Amino acid sequence: MYVAVKGGEKAIDNAHRLLAEDRRGDPAVPELSLRQISEQLSLAVDRVMTEGSIYDRDLAALAIKQARGDLVEAIFLLRAYRTTLPRLAVSRPVDTTAMHVHRRISATFKDLPGGQVLGPTFDYTHRLLDFDLAEPSAEVPEAPAGSPRGDPVPRVTEVLNREGLIAREVADDPNAPVGDLTREPLAFPADRATRLQNLARGDEGFLLALGYSTQRGFGSTHPFIGEIRMGEVAVEIEPEDLGFAVEIGDILLTECETVNQFKGSKTEPPQFTRGYGLAFGYAERKAISMALVDRALRGRELGEEVVAPAQDEEFVLYHSDNVESSGFVQHIKLPHYVDFQGELDLVRRLRAERDAEAAQ
Amino acid sequence: MSVVRGYNFAYLDEQTKRMIRRGLLKAVAVPGYQVPFGSREMPLPYGWGTGGIQVTASVIGPDDVLKVIDQGADDTTNAVSIRRFFARVAGVATTERTTEATLIQTRHRIPETPLAEGQILVYQVPIPEPLRWVEPRETETRKMHALTEYGVMHVKLYEDITRHGRIATSFNYPVLVNGRYVMSPSPIPKFDNPKMHRMPALQLFGAGREKRLYAVPPHTRVESLDFEDHPFEVQTWDDVCALCGADDSYLDEVIVDDQGGRMFVCSDSDYCRQRRDAGHAGHGGPSDLETVERGTP
Amino acid sequence: MATMISDGFDDPVMQTQAVFRAVLDATARPGRPREVTGPAAPPEPMMPGTAAVLLALADLDTPLWLDRAMAGSGGVADYLAFQCGAPRTDDPRRAVFAAIADPLAMPPLDAFALGSDEAPETSTTLLIQVADLRDDGGWRLTGPGIESAHRLAVDGLPDDFVAWRTGGRHLFPRGTDVILIAGRRLAALPRTTRIEE
Repeated sequence: MYVAVKGGEKAIDNAHRLLAEDRRGDPAVPELSLRQISEQLSLAVDRVMTEGSIYDRDLAALAIKQARGDLVEAIFLLRAYRTTLPRLAVSRPVDTTAMHVHRRISATFKDLPGGQVLGPTFDYTHRLLDFDLAEPSAEVPEAPAGSPRGDPVPRVTEVLNREGLIAREVADDPNAPVGDLTREPLAFPADRATRLQNLARGDEGFLLALGYSTQRGFGSTHPFIGEIRMGEVAVEIEPEDLGFAVEIGDILLTECETVNQFKGSKTEPPQFTRGYGLAFGYAERKAISMALVDRALRGRELGEEVVAPAQDEEFVLYHSDNVESSGFVQHIKLPHYVDFQGELDLVRRLRAERDAEAAQ
Repeated sequence: MSVVRGYNFAYLDEQTKRMIRRGLLKAVAVPGYQVPFGSREMPLPYGWGTGGIQVTASVIGPDDVLKVIDQGADDTTNAVSIRRFFARVAGVATTERTTEATLIQTRHRIPETPLAEGQILVYQVPIPEPLRWVEPRETETRKMHALTEYGVMHVKLYEDITRHGRIATSFNYPVLVNGRYVMSPSPIPKFDNPKMHRMPALQLFGAGREKRLYAVPPHTRVESLDFEDHPFEVQTWDDVCALCGADDSYLDEVIVDDQGGRMFVCSDSDYCRQRRDAGHAGHGGPSDLETVERGTP
Repeated sequence: MATMISDGFDDPVMQTQAVFRAVLDATARPGRPREVTGPAAPPEPMMPGTAAVLLALADLDTPLWLDRAMAGSGGVADYLAFQCGAPRTDDPRRAVFAAIADPLAMPPLDAFALGSDEAPETSTTLLIQVADLRDDGGWRLTGPGIESAHRLAVDGLPDDFVAWRTGGRHLFPRGTDVILIAGRRLAALPRTTRIEE
């Protein structure tokens, strides 16, 4: 006699225990500490903070450990935690011109005020596996002397601005509240602040592919990297009862501004336009990709023909979030017996009718 | 009441609940219309019922008795997981019995036992937009609903008829609510559509990833789209439930061996249990495959 | 100030939930009166039912319009600002909630936000305080949420009220939703409910 499958509760408990065991791995191997993750897998931590929308290295390290290194899962853990937090204040816009720069490069000018600062980049490493890293070393690598630049570093786009060669970026209404995608659903057309917020939270791989597609002709935007800068900026809030801003700490940011060719439109003279990318931590691939996609999404307001996926705001903004897409893509592994039964019935019926017709 | 430390009753913070509650009231006031809402990230993945969970969390109170089903069954893993979530964060009583529940959260089925006045049925919805398969753009579908431009939907269904001789949609079969809004009933089999019509219970729908809420008030007209020459019809089976002998319930096909042997059992595990408790029994064995179709009663 | 602080909900999480369920049930079954429990003695002329609904549903995100009687000397406004932080608006078209203590002097329903065809949910919900609410006669109500017909007798609404509702029917899905309140009793008239006198 057939008995319906039971015991979902027990199966779930067992699955959780198996997961915990696999997460720990061989108990003879020392357990990872959060400090090890945040110090030595710092770029993973940066990505999880950026797409998880919360700047907290310890929490991101915990999420990475709990997720067994699955960064999309870690981002999900951080987001689910984030929604339970109270909103205490809204920061003032951070001033990246006053950034304590660790890295700053421009691809548009050979030299410029503030100089080119290469910083800790992979860019000119030869990608040869370094077998010396295979074993722990007692030797502590030492960086050359010199400290991050403390003086304000003017932006490349400001230099172009002085000549009027680049479109000015002025907020429509600087006092208008900035939307918050974590509290209000997307609505279209989305303003640029909302789009940038969506892209900042968006999946790095998705933005990378979309940015790449614009370079291959699917909505060309002819970008140059005006500059990339990475370093610490101060975060300030202005408590209502205080009436002036107070600094609450520093965060590490990567910012990218692209300078894009624009031939002009009926209302606008030929000039350069910008794309903008910003990420927590050191996340250069993300920041550049974001700037490319940001610029592509400005097609509508610049009077460009919207033809490519990266220019299509519904397509980009609805599909950028990896917590949403990962959940929905994977949900098809949940039971669909009932719907499948309906489809089975339908296909059998359609085939039977076809066979009957053929027999006539 | 065993509520998890560090979290509010029913997990969501009060401001979020208020926002969802206001959305639900507007959803009830405009039956079948999809209200956008600031859906929150939940500790369960999108696609696992985050919309339904947020609706339940906003509605549930300490006196509620909660039932959670997935595919009609209380013991499917996701139903168990969601029921446990609410037992942990709201400390409410749970049940598997349809008649005892004040609040029923469901994925993909409406219970066979008719629901009563005073009960609330919460549907988990993956894609709330019934027009999505004919028009992928939200900006367009929003206009189509505003202007009652539903011609394309009928064209799509009629194309089925020309190609297949029948409407080839077996689940998530679109309905017209109170004569105004075309609505997705969520991916329930079309077998369940007639149960929505003038149901005495309140029906609430939550789509978390898509950030939409909608509702059907009690006793409201819910008609499945069809054509005069091709009236809406539901699935029926030649066979009965192998366990309880029911001939009026939606049956799941179970493969019993590697020789193509199969049998049919009730998808609604509580309905099947009720019948067996009342002394009904099925033939307990494999079935023939044939199915027949008949018009809506 | 001291009485205001003490006279909110004693157990905000549970009472808010109970009031919401009553309002949800009332909206789902138009014209069926429900009782709510909330603050016993909100500032005059606000009724306990009105206070309960606003404390349960209004907050920083819901601009609130008060009629002249409700605004009065400012007691109600101060109370609501303190209890739920809802911003006041003088423009009824911007109001998410409107609280009316003197219905005979109220503006017509179409003076409030009606929402748009694409976003009908952005309409005002009116809380109208009336002298009495009974389900033993009076209007005959039909529409979603009602099996055949509900009866509702309301004392204290302007003569034009039913005409306003009937006149606005063709605007659907645009329209206002109304919650009538008498003391602790409330009954809802969502925009879909047809009223016959």
